[in-house]
Amino acid sequence: MINEKQKLIDIIADFAETVAIYLSDDVYKKLNELADGEKQENAKTMYECMLKDLKLADELHRPICQDTGVLQFFLDVGTKFPYINDLKDIIEKAIVKATEKTPLRPNIVDPIGEHNTGNNIGCNTPYIEYNLVPDSSDLTVKLYMAGGGCSLPGRSKVLMPLEGIEGVKKFVYETITEWGVNACPPLTVGIGLGTCAATSAVLSKKALLRPIGIRNENEDIAKLEEEFENELNSIGIAPLGFGGTNSVLGVNIECAGRHPATRGVGLTTGCWATRKGEMVIHSDLNAELLSHKRLKRKI
Amino acid sequence: MKKVITYPISFEQIRDLKIGDTVYYSGPMGTFRDSGHARVIKEGLLPQNIDLRNGAIYHAGPIVGKDENGNEYIVSIGPTTSRRMESCEAEMIEKTGIRLIIGKGGMMEKTAKACKEFGAIHCAFPGGCAVVAAQCVQKLIGCEWRDLGMPEACWELEVKEFGPLIVSIDTNGNNLFENNKKIFNERLKNLIK
Repeated sequence: MINEKQKLIDIIADFAETVAIYLSDDVYKKLNELADGEKQENAKTMYECMLKDLKLADELHRPICQDTGVLQFFLDVGTKFPYINDLKDIIEKAIVKATEKTPLRPNIVDPIGEHNTGNNIGCNTPYIEYNLVPDSSDLTVKLYMAGGGCSLPGRSKVLMPLEGIEGVKKFVYETITEWGVNACPPLTVGIGLGTCAATSAVLSKKALLRPIGIRNENEDIAKLEEEFENELNSIGIAPLGFGGTNSVLGVNIECAGRHPATRGVGLTTGCWATRKGEMVIHSDLNAELLSHKRLKRKI
Repeated sequence: MKKVITYPISFEQIRDLKIGDTVYYSGPMGTFRDSGHARVIKEGLLPQNIDLRNGAIYHAGPIVGKDENGNEYIVSIGPTTSRRMESCEAEMIEKTGIRLIIGKGGMMEKTAKACKEFGAIHCAFPGGCAVVAAQCVQKLIGCEWRDLGMPEACWELEVKEFGPLIVSIDTNGNNLFENNKKIFNERLKNLIK
């Protein structure tokens, strides 16, 4: 059991290292598409710099961006996954290992004492969300590295129902033009529509975790995603707020039925270097990297 | 040809630069984030190994690694959001005599006014391009205020042709990002009824 536990720690630390050094396939593909389609000269130079950074990160085996963020885990835990009791401990040890080895930047600051903990562990950090999957013996791990700059535009608000989708657009677009310009666009945008500020915010994060290019299964929501995407792109804030042909890598929306008296909206943004990953670990501890298939990398 | 600003930065070197111009910088510079600014402004402290007068600061918090001999080196060092320092940058310029502020995204009116009054510029390095930036670092000179933690400490660096840097506030107080925002907000009006 001790050996197996150590193996799981190593797998998750290796996973975190991969996410820090390489973009997920969806972000990588879309970024290249936008770079290819960019018409403005200065904007092209910015995209070239981004692509050069990705190449150097790969060659030198270093994190793409110095801000490796606060590590947030979203777990789908099979109820028959054999290491279910140790997951929190395993993840914490994996983070400490990756912080030292990769290295990741130690980001966690005690909210009251204000000191940096030095190892990316702190009160209620890492953030871990558990979803149970009945009768499964797999563990699916989604990791999001929440950087500071790209988290700054994030917010949620409860609108009046009569403000409608127009009100949601106003809230999202105004936030993007005021704050998104500094958050390293082209951005990944997650929007959550629900009842209260909290659940709408959580839904917006879930939306952001869905790969770019995979539309919401609900056709009406999928259409809305395209509409937001086209309209945000018409503002042309990317790359990096200098202005260009586009604004976003993609817009994903997740919804929940709302209270008749409220229209909650949450907004989460990621930068051009949105770092996220997804991996499945089977009960025999074989792991499959789902988000970075182009690397042919074995975890 | 590359336009390179060198230390010590005279007013003449930056006077004719306009927003949108691309420049590079060679010389010493210190990383300053929120807490570093507070050390200078509230506590009156200054870094020991570099001179800020006619010098440069970089809004950044690097990843610092250790090589096989135990020596520290800069792994990745992209810029952080400059706007967080808006409340105190004008005072920083006045107190220290810095002429070049490098960061990410834009800054606001108060900083633009100070740039005009004291002869300084703000430049944006492409955000997220942290390994590109690390390649421009020639030497890690020292580190002040380690108690602030790795991101917030003041890392003293020697850089060569650090850039590309896009001038975002010039010595006339023109402001690229605020101008851009006006354009974006005009476009926004067409989208919201």
